Amino acid sequence: MSTPRDRSFSMEWFYLALVLIYPLLVYPENALFRWTEISLGMQLTYIFIYAILALGLNVVVGFTGLLHLGIAAFFGIGAYITGILNVPAYPFQIGFFWSMVCSTLGAALLGVLLGAPTLRLRGDYLAIVTLGFGEVTRFTLRNLEEITAGTRGLNPVPPPVLPAALAPPLEAIGILPDWSLDYRLFYYLTLGILLAVILLLRNLERSRLGRAWVAIREDELAATCMGINAARVKLSAFALGCGLAGLAGSLYATTLTSTAGPDAFDFNRSIIMLCCIILGGLGSIRGTLLGVVLLIGFDNILAPMLDGMLQNANINPNGSPLLTFSSWKLAIFGLALILMMRFRPEGLLPSRHVEAELLTKRPLGHPRAGTT
Amino acid sequence: MVTCLLWADMDSAGFAQAFLQYALIGLTNGALFALVALGYTMVYGIIELINFAHGDVFMLGSFLALTLIGALAGLGWNWDDPAMLCAGIGMLLVVVPIFCAAVNVSIDRIVYKPLRTAPKLAPLVSAIGVSFLLMNVGLLWGGAADRHFPDLVSRQNLLGEGAAIGFTVKDLMVVGITVPIMIALTLFVRLTRLGKAMRATAQNPVAAQLMGINVDRVIALTFAIGGALAGAAAVIYGLYINTVSYQMGFQNGLYAFTAAVLGGIGNIPGAVLGGLVIGLARAFGSAYVGERWTSALVFVILIAILVFRPAGLLGTRTREKV
Repeated sequence: MSTPRDRSFSMEWFYLALVLIYPLLVYPENALFRWTEISLGMQLTYIFIYAILALGLNVVVGFTGLLHLGIAAFFGIGAYITGILNVPAYPFQIGFFWSMVCSTLGAALLGVLLGAPTLRLRGDYLAIVTLGFGEVTRFTLRNLEEITAGTRGLNPVPPPVLPAALAPPLEAIGILPDWSLDYRLFYYLTLGILLAVILLLRNLERSRLGRAWVAIREDELAATCMGINAARVKLSAFALGCGLAGLAGSLYATTLTSTAGPDAFDFNRSIIMLCCIILGGLGSIRGTLLGVVLLIGFDNILAPMLDGMLQNANINPNGSPLLTFSSWKLAIFGLALILMMRFRPEGLLPSRHVEAELLTKRPLGHPRAGTT
Repeated sequence: MVTCLLWADMDSAGFAQAFLQYALIGLTNGALFALVALGYTMVYGIIELINFAHGDVFMLGSFLALTLIGALAGLGWNWDDPAMLCAGIGMLLVVVPIFCAAVNVSIDRIVYKPLRTAPKLAPLVSAIGVSFLLMNVGLLWGGAADRHFPDLVSRQNLLGEGAAIGFTVKDLMVVGITVPIMIALTLFVRLTRLGKAMRATAQNPVAAQLMGINVDRVIALTFAIGGALAGAAAVIYGLYINTVSYQMGFQNGLYAFTAAVLGGIGNIPGAVLGGLVIGLARAFGSAYVGERWTSALVFVILIAILVFRPAGLLGTRTREKV
């Protein structure tokens, strides 16, 4: 008997195989690049990184129901920790692996420091505190020029050191063992970490802690009555979410070989990540991945591609902003959010829990204790 | 040593003067934030929605004002003539608020109203969506770069040229427009039947409905008033700050929103107080901490207030309804 659940399960293996094999088939990447001047493989690498970020946010917002509007700050903190620990301007140079660990732990620690006093706030207020923290972080990164190099960002962040033993087998399958020459090293590195994160979250979701998160989201009061220590459970979700964001930030800085400027970690970034998980389905790992592929894919791959095609076709010789895709991007994001909330608030691939929760109506003026 | 003492001596007089000057700047800016904050707080008070699109309605209002000023000048309106200037500003203060009110009510009608009974996350996310949409409208309307807003109001110091403290015609305009508006709003909410209906709906929509209040109309009215206030603020902001951009709605919206939370969200006098405090904090912050830290300072204040006094300065702690 084939239930929908089984089918989606086999589809997952199919997608995984596709992502694993794509870079090894050199032809599609080269053809795409010649045609649109966009390296799909490189963009996919960024999508994997954003997927880790979105999965982290999903732990906080999706599983635990705490509206976090400042996830980009933790992403940025991760990137800057990796930057500081690796750029030649500082004496640390501790290498990729340890800086990744430090970024994750550092961001998680900051998450705990922010969360400990504020997690008792009601949903909306927590959202504002996280938003405020995000902005404070951005301004601080910009203003502490002596440490963060201001708007220029820290660079160059050196690539990881490849173990010598790995070089020959990589060359055997046609991958150059040089990070700056072959995007596929970063591709597989980020993909590997993303898969590890997915595995971790899948197991956590079904663990005692994961169930406690969901219980808090559904009804904090009832969960507390059942003996769940709400403060500790929320804090753990916050720490994990922020830590994953830090991990994503570390990968981002390493892949980009720069921390980028502080404005790469602004409120818009947080909102776009939130849109990803809402579009895909709050609290659902598969949904989060789908949301990231759709939104970031549109933002980083499809829109520039279409812009390039419009330009090549010479439809828009005067460069009118009305005729480029990029100038409609905000409207498309906005409309997508509005229409989703109106017609499919549970997301494209909802988790069963959230779906059930969203389909029960709330009487006017009676705030539900649930999501937010 | 001697110079140091002299400097300190001069400073105490100079310090008081500078202090007063910053306080004036802060209060003037704060009055502007307060106008925008009122829109956030009134909407939140009634439907518990952080209306992220509010700042962008404000932004569209300033673009409309900019377009109108240009169009009128093209028709031969002489903005340098004081009488025509006053008439022109008066007209802007009617047209732009009506436009913003219409936009705000339409947003509520089309986007938020169908979500009235949905979980709270749904309208919140929709509000972010509307904000993006309006920002895109602003981007296509005014372009990506900052736009110069004509500097129509004179910067002549009312306390006499060369006076130690500056209070310009411009400052007077801001205070002279915002204060009456806020007084009128307070009287409206306190004394009229509709104001009573608004307060009742904010307290308990279901009970208000049972008492025969048309809740939908009250909500629409709230959005209309909030939009109109944002429109008025947009005109004054343009004339006062002289730079507008499609992103200003987001930035100023955040400050205004911070003001609303600071005062106790849902609380009308609180929003005014919050606006003034934010204005003062920014003025003193840029004077004594450094210009580039002011924005961070505002948010640090916000976080501190929420941690130590989550209900805001004037808000009363409400028990969570279960």
